[in-house]
Amino acid sequence: MLMLAPVLIVLGGLCLGGLVVALFRSLGVQILTGTGTPSLEAYRSVLGQPEFLRSLGFSLYVALTATILSTVIAVWAALLLRQRFAGRGALAFLFQLTLTLPHLIGAIGILYLLSQSGLVARLVYSVGLIDQPSQFPALVYDRFGIGIILQYIWKEVPFIALILLAQMQTLGEDYESVARSLGASRWQSLRHVLFPMILPGVLGASVLVFAFVFGAYEVPLILGPNMPATLPVLAYRKFTDVDLAGRAEAMALAVIIGAISALLVALYVWSVRRQGHPA
Amino acid sequence: MTPAGRRLRGLGAWGLALWSVLPLVPLVIWSFAHGWRFPDLLPAQGTLKAWSFALSDTSGMLESFGVTTGIAAATTVVALVIGLPAARALGMHDFRGKLAVQTLILMPVLLPAIAVALGLHGVFLALGLTNSVTGVVLVHLVPSLPYMILILSGVFAGHDAAFEDQARSLGASPLQTLWHVTLPAILPGVLVAGLFTFLISWSQFLLTLMIGGGRVVTLPLLLFGFATSGRNDLTGAIALIYILPGVVILIVTSRFLSGRPAALTGQGPK
Repeated sequence: MLMLAPVLIVLGGLCLGGLVVALFRSLGVQILTGTGTPSLEAYRSVLGQPEFLRSLGFSLYVALTATILSTVIAVWAALLLRQRFAGRGALAFLFQLTLTLPHLIGAIGILYLLSQSGLVARLVYSVGLIDQPSQFPALVYDRFGIGIILQYIWKEVPFIALILLAQMQTLGEDYESVARSLGASRWQSLRHVLFPMILPGVLGASVLVFAFVFGAYEVPLILGPNMPATLPVLAYRKFTDVDLAGRAEAMALAVIIGAISALLVALYVWSVRRQGHPA
Repeated sequence: MTPAGRRLRGLGAWGLALWSVLPLVPLVIWSFAHGWRFPDLLPAQGTLKAWSFALSDTSGMLESFGVTTGIAAATTVVALVIGLPAARALGMHDFRGKLAVQTLILMPVLLPAIAVALGLHGVFLALGLTNSVTGVVLVHLVPSLPYMILILSGVFAGHDAAFEDQARSLGASPLQTLWHVTLPAILPGVLVAGLFTFLISWSQFLLTLMIGGGRVVTLPLLLFGFATSGRNDLTGAIALIYILPGVVILIVTSRFLSGRPAALTGQGPK
């Protein structure tokens, strides 16, 4: 169809094209010039480095923790925003505001907030809990990725909560009222009536968040430790390495990152289809 | 609800609200600080130095602001021109391979930018597009185009083509019909889609860094430079300038959508 052609050319060319070029270059083939013989050398090298497994584990751990915590808090926040109370509009506005703020802002803000000489450390000092910055726990550049995870909770709770709020408002409260009138407790009507209905939305939003956190670059760059770096940070580091073998390894990492994200999304779509929920 | 439950709800709401603004607090304080040493809770002295430096020619902020605005505006216009017909096709028609097209359009939303950017760098290098504003605009289309199309196809799904048929049967040319009938009908949706596309381009970091090669210095790149060189006061001031368009866009769109959360219309987790 002619109306679709420009979009298909641009997105197909840039997005698929980028992936395909990365795939060929990771195999040692320069697709533009057609030089080089295919080999798995870059993959063998990357997979053989202990650094890779640590980065993979760290990336998966950070993305999973951030996604689970954000989702749980967001469900609670959406249930809160569904009720009428003074300040509800203000909170909804703040959530929308957070949604428009770039991740870079959140990362720098969290850095100035939680570093060992940050605002929170100063507050803790002022109440006499610590005597010097080094006594404040390392919440940024730390190997547990606490700063990164907190940044994503800050940014993604509003995202998931506003999606769920819209969904809950579309559903209305009639189903729960019926359950309540039949003798269900407030928790029972949430657990057995509302939660099953919003589950597809919750899962969809959290898959989006996981894929995004897993592939993000600037936030772990600012808030994460040097070792282990997340996979995207490691990939960029290899790409800019003076050692030219690093280029092919970076491409291999790009392919691995893309494959893991694609696998996750495919798994989600498959499970949705199997249960018969609308995607 | 019991008084205890109400108090708990109030506490939760206050906690969430406070947490939402908390990362901005040190940025605001730093921007007015004349030195702010540990363990002072507030700077001993306030100053507008960081702000006046940020707004001066030497900081590069104004130039960067212009570059970022230009790139975001160009990305939005190109995304609109090529996204509008596609959104119409997806919103108003069923056709073979629609699912495949939708998947391709969603792909950039789900795939990490780094997976695409590393491969694209070589292609852009060969085409002479690296280190150029044109290259950066092109690569910004990857994350922004999907949102433009998603929002607009929603708009077109609720659009009635009968008005266009009537205009045509009364003798209007296709262009006249587009200008006088279709565009006025979808204008609010186009504005919202355009503003969010603008914001997505405005927020890009990695793609600009890779394709711009450090030569195209948008605001996030400038900000990152100051943040990593320890200029906390200047970082604070530029950070606050950097978030300004988002705040303005939020206020404008929430007026258009009266009551509906503006951000729900398509801003992703990015």
